[in-house]
Amino acid sequence: MAAIVGYGAYVPRYRIKVEEIARIWGRQAKSISSGLNVFEKSVPSIDEDTATISVEAARRAVKAAKINPEEIGAVYVGSESHPYAVKPTATIVAEAIGATPELTAADYEFACKAGTAGMQNCIALVESKMIKYGMAIGADVAQAAPGDALEYTAAAGGAAYIIGKEGIAEINETVSFTTDTPDFWRREGQPYPGHGERFTGEPAYFRHVGTAAKMLMERVGSKPSDYDYAIFHQPNGKFPVRIARKLGFEKKQIEDGLLCPIIGNTYSGSAMLGLAAVLDIAKPGQRILTVSYGSGAGSDAFDITVTDAIESYPRQGIRRMIEEKKYVDYATYMKFRREFE
Amino acid sequence: MREVAIIGIGMTEFGELWQKSFRELVAEAGVKAILDAGIEGENIDAMYIGGMSTGRFIGQEHVGSLALEVAGLEDLHIPATRVEAACASGGVAMHQGYIAVASGMYDIVVVGGAEKMTDVVGGEATNILASAADREWESFFGATFPGLYALMARYHMHHHGTTQEQLAMVAVKNHHNGSLNPKAQFRREISIEDVLNSPIVAEPLHLLDCSPITDGAAAAILAPVDIARKYTDKIIKIKASVQACDTLSFHSRSRFDSLPAAVHAAKKAYEMAGVKPSDIDVAEVHDCFTIAEIIAIEDLGFVEKGKGGKATEEGLTALDGQIPVNTSGGLKAKGHPVGATGVAQINEIVMQLRGEADKRQVKGATIGLTHNVGGSGGTAVVHILEAI
Amino acid sequence: MGVARYWREIPARYNLIGKKCEICGKVYFPPRTICPKCRRKSIGKMQDYKLSGKGTVESYTIIYTPPPEFEGKAPYAIALIKMEEGCYLTGQIVDCELDEIHIGMKVEACFRRIQEDGKRGAIYYGYKFRKAES
Repeated sequence: MAAIVGYGAYVPRYRIKVEEIARIWGRQAKSISSGLNVFEKSVPSIDEDTATISVEAARRAVKAAKINPEEIGAVYVGSESHPYAVKPTATIVAEAIGATPELTAADYEFACKAGTAGMQNCIALVESKMIKYGMAIGADVAQAAPGDALEYTAAAGGAAYIIGKEGIAEINETVSFTTDTPDFWRREGQPYPGHGERFTGEPAYFRHVGTAAKMLMERVGSKPSDYDYAIFHQPNGKFPVRIARKLGFEKKQIEDGLLCPIIGNTYSGSAMLGLAAVLDIAKPGQRILTVSYGSGAGSDAFDITVTDAIESYPRQGIRRMIEEKKYVDYATYMKFRREFE
Repeated sequence: MREVAIIGIGMTEFGELWQKSFRELVAEAGVKAILDAGIEGENIDAMYIGGMSTGRFIGQEHVGSLALEVAGLEDLHIPATRVEAACASGGVAMHQGYIAVASGMYDIVVVGGAEKMTDVVGGEATNILASAADREWESFFGATFPGLYALMARYHMHHHGTTQEQLAMVAVKNHHNGSLNPKAQFRREISIEDVLNSPIVAEPLHLLDCSPITDGAAAAILAPVDIARKYTDKIIKIKASVQACDTLSFHSRSRFDSLPAAVHAAKKAYEMAGVKPSDIDVAEVHDCFTIAEIIAIEDLGFVEKGKGGKATEEGLTALDGQIPVNTSGGLKAKGHPVGATGVAQINEIVMQLRGEADKRQVKGATIGLTHNVGGSGGTAVVHILEAI
Repeated sequence: MGVARYWREIPARYNLIGKKCEICGKVYFPPRTICPKCRRKSIGKMQDYKLSGKGTVESYTIIYTPPPEFEGKAPYAIALIKMEEGCYLTGQIVDCELDEIHIGMKVEACFRRIQEDGKRGAIYYGYKFRKAES
C-alpha cells in the first residue's frame, strides 16, 4: 500500500498528578487513578500549543528520516485544539520544516482520530503517485472544564508520520468504521467540550474500535495472535485494556504502546504516540495493529509490518523523553493553560 | 569653524508633573534659558528640540513647529527641528545646535529637550521606551529595556567581578546628590539595603537600580564665542561636541562590557578639546541603570576597563571624590524625561562651571563633561565644556 | 503589529535563516542586507544561510516586569546567545529551572508561541531556546 518512512514525537515537559487535581476538587485520588489507570498527565507550557507541538514532532520526523523536506507533497495536521478556528496549523508546520511552497496542506478535525485520517489521506496520495512523501500529524493540547471528569486525562502531545512508497514499516491495509454517534463534542466558540458520560463507552469507543479491528482482521485474514503489538486509542488506561481483552489480545501485546497512564490522553496524538512508542522498540518482521478512535464517531485501523530498514532508523526514544519531566501544581497548570487570560 | 559657547540655561523641576503639559514644560524651560542668556526672541536664529517619542507619549509629532508656537516666535519663521535618538535625543539636539553655530549658518540657537511620560500608563511608557531597542529581534522576543542592561550587568559581573553591592552604590551616591538638588525627582537618601530589597525588575537589576519615568524639560542657548560677550559674562565654551553611533541591537555589538559608541565619542571629544580624562573636574553620565554608570566611567577613561565597580565603591566618583560623577543626582535621582536628559546634563555642568551648583558644587570646577546615550548604546554623545 | 510585518520575518523566526556573505564568509543572524566588513562588495552577495540552532549562553537575565504582550508570562529568562556560526542573538530560554541557567550553558532552538495580538488578532510564533540535548 504505502509505508511509514519516518516518525517523530513530542510530549511537553510538564506534568500534573491526578492526585493534585483531585486535591483541588476534594475527590479521592486513589479511586480516580485506579478507576482510570492514569496517574499523571502532560501539561503544555504557557508558550506551547498544537502548532508548536506539531512542529517539534514534524522536525524530529524529518531529521530522523533524512529526507529532503521540499519533497513532502502534503502536510495534514489533525487536532481538536488547533490554535486558530480559521487559518491552518498545517501551513505553519509546512513553513517550519521547509516543505513550502510546493505542497498541499489542510487541517483535519475528527476528535481524537484527526491525525490518522490524515495518514489515510497521505497513503492515498502516495499510492496514486500524486506525491512522493506526505506528512500526517496528530497533536493536541486538550482542554477540559475545571472540575469535570475529563480534567484528569486531557493532556498534550503529538506525533508526526512521514508516508512514502517504502520505509521502516509497511502499511499493508487500512479500514475505517464511521457512524454519526454524538458521544463527545465541543460547540463553536465554547472553550470546553461536552460528553455523554457513560454513553462514551459501549456505543461509542467500544463499538467503533472493536468493529474496525474486526473489519481489518477479516480483510487481511489475520487473528490477534498474528500481531506482536496492538495499539488502541487511549482515552484512559482502562478502555484500551478492555477492548484488547475483548478482541482476544493479551496484555503483553498492548503494554509497550500504552502511554496513557503516564501522560494522559493526548487526543489526536494518542494512538499515533502509542504507535511511535512501539516503533521505538520494534524489530524487522514484527506486525502491528493500530486502531484510533475519534468521537462523533469513527475508528481507523491499520495493519503494519516492520521492515529491515528500521534497524538503521534513529529511534525517537519516547519513553525516555517522557521521563524528562517536571511536576507543576494546579495553579501553575491553570496559568500554563492560560485559563487566567 | 567658529568656537561655540553656552550663554544661557534653564530647566523645569523633574518629576511626575501632573499639572504641566508638554507645551508648558517646553515653554518653562525655554523661557528660563532665554532670560538667563539675556537675549531677545528676535535674536534667535534656530531651534532644536530633543524628544524621544512625542508621537506615542502624547500623540503629537511635528514638535519643532509646536515649540515655535509655544514660544510665540512664529512671526520670525525660524527653523525649529525635533531631533530623535532615543535617550540621546537631547544630546544629539545639542550636537545639532553646535554644528549650526560652529558652521556659521546660525548665530543664536536654542537647544531644548522635553518629554512628558506620565500621560500614558506605566506599562505603556515601558513599552514606548522599549522602542529604543531592536523591535524585531529584541523586544519581539520579550527582551525589555532594563533586560538589555541586565544582560550587560550580568556580563560585567561575570567577567570583571563587579558586585551587586557596587551597582547599588551608584544609586546610593546619586540619591545623595539628588537630595541636594532642588529640581530632582527624588530627594531622599537611600541605602544599599534599600536597593537590594527593592523588587527585581530584570536580574540582577532591582527597581532602585533603574532610572524612573519622569516629566521635564531643559534648554540651553548657544552662541558663537565672539559675540557671546555681548550677552553675558558667564561664558561656557563647548570645547568638544561629538556624536557617535553603533548597531541598534545589543547582540550585534563588538563588545558587551562597554559601549563602543561612547568610547569612540569620548576619544574624539578628548582629542577635539585637547584634554585627557584626568583633566575633567566633573561629569554627568548616562546612568539610565546603575550598571550604565559603571560602564560609563570606564568608557570615558576615568578608570580602567573592568574597574568601574571598585572605583565607585572606593568613592572615586562621589561628590568629594577625585572625579565627581552625576552631581545632579543623575538620571537615577534627578529623573529621566528621556528627550530632556541630554540638555539637563548640560544644565548641570554649566551650573558647576559657573559656580552656581550650591550644595552640590565641585570646588574649582573648570572643565566638565556630559555623556548621553541612546538605547543600549546605539548612539552616544559626549560634550566637554570649559569655563572661560 | 501588523501581520505583514510578522510574515516578512517568518523564514528567520521559524527557521533561523540568516545571511552569509559570499565575500568574507561571515554569517549574520538576524539577516542583514549588507556585510559590515565587506560593505559595497557584499551588495547582491549575501546568501540565505540556515543556522544550526545550537549556541551557548553569553549572558542572561530573568525578566520580572514584563511588557504588556508578555503579561502573565513572567518571570522568564532572556539570554544573549552566541550561535555556533559565530553570530549573536537575543532570545528566551525555556524548559529548565531559572537557576539552572548559566553563562556557557549549551542551548538549542525550539519553536514556540512568542506573542499574540489579543484574543482576536494573529498568533506570532518564533524561536526560543532550551537546554541542548547532550
